[in-house]
Amino acid sequence: MITAERKPLEEILTLIEPCDRILLVGCNECVTVCAAGGRKEVALLSSALQMARMKEGRTLDVTELTLERQCDPEYVEELVTSIDRGDAVLSMACGCGVQEVARRFKEKPVFPAVNTKFMGASERQGVWAERCQGCGDCLLGLTGGICPIARCSKRLLNGPCGGSSSGKCEINPDVDCAWQLIWDRLKALGLESRYEDIAPPKDWRTSRDGGPRRIIREDLAS
Amino acid sequence: MKEFEPIIVAFCCHYCAYTAADMAGSMRLAYPPNVKIIKVPCSGKVSAIHVMRALEKGADGVMVAGCLEGDCHFKDGNVKAAKRVSQVRRLLDEIGMGPERVEMVTLSAGMGERFARVTGEFTEKIRALGPNPVKETLAGRARAAAASS
Repeated sequence: MITAERKPLEEILTLIEPCDRILLVGCNECVTVCAAGGRKEVALLSSALQMARMKEGRTLDVTELTLERQCDPEYVEELVTSIDRGDAVLSMACGCGVQEVARRFKEKPVFPAVNTKFMGASERQGVWAERCQGCGDCLLGLTGGICPIARCSKRLLNGPCGGSSSGKCEINPDVDCAWQLIWDRLKALGLESRYEDIAPPKDWRTSRDGGPRRIIREDLAS
Repeated sequence: MKEFEPIIVAFCCHYCAYTAADMAGSMRLAYPPNVKIIKVPCSGKVSAIHVMRALEKGADGVMVAGCLEGDCHFKDGNVKAAKRVSQVRRLLDEIGMGPERVEMVTLSAGMGERFARVTGEFTEKIRALGPNPVKETLAGRARAAAASS
């Protein structure tokens, strides 16, 4: 999923400073799962913002709405009937959702209420960790299901480096050495010989280095 | 000037604090009439938004009262409640209201005396803090609504 964290309230309050009414829009997908921008977080932020305003002797009219997905135009369209209830939209979706709302409602200021962080998995309740960088050319089949691009601090294709110590990365003792994990996993699978294969330099054009990316499915595209 | 009488909302777990409040009554122990009790099946049923809404609507202090650690009827509802109370305290601190208006307490059903004491202490703490700063705006809004109707 795409993970996110709410921005500091001070920053959000500065963004919406000129507004007397806002449309606060959450998203039922990734940001709900990582507890950053779902219905519950929308309610909490709404309450906090209103209290912050009332404390200053002003009021803030907040309309709360949570869409099924903010990154799909079909769902963003649902905002048509309520878009005028805010001087601006405050979106708790990831950056994709914020941009989709901004694209649809060109006359309306749209502000982000969360910082989009990374594509990750839940390690345990309340803890999320980065697992994929969307490099566009997946290597997991060669590395025992552990990604050296997302999980090795240096993105080494032929690791580990000299900074690996007792299974941990030199950047932080809490960070596992991805190449230690890869070796352990290959060993468990009886595929140690694969470790000897030298990976050639990666073609990063499939990643962000090739500019903004698109997927066009001819069978589906309208 | 009339002395400020705080409104305290206390979310009380059915298995401990609510019974403890009852026990306080049976023991003829007075606790402040400022405390408005809301009975919940477990303190873990109290979400952060319940506490926030209570303050937003004008409560001066909110207390969440659950079972002693390890004694929750539903295993760890009280531990979850304590985490949510911490979350709300951080949030209130972020908006400049300070964390002191929200507190978590734990007690058992037999602790009537403790219930009377902690609610008394909390009420006095909130009295010293003064009214919830959102109240004045709320009252102004209510006056404006009354004048326009």
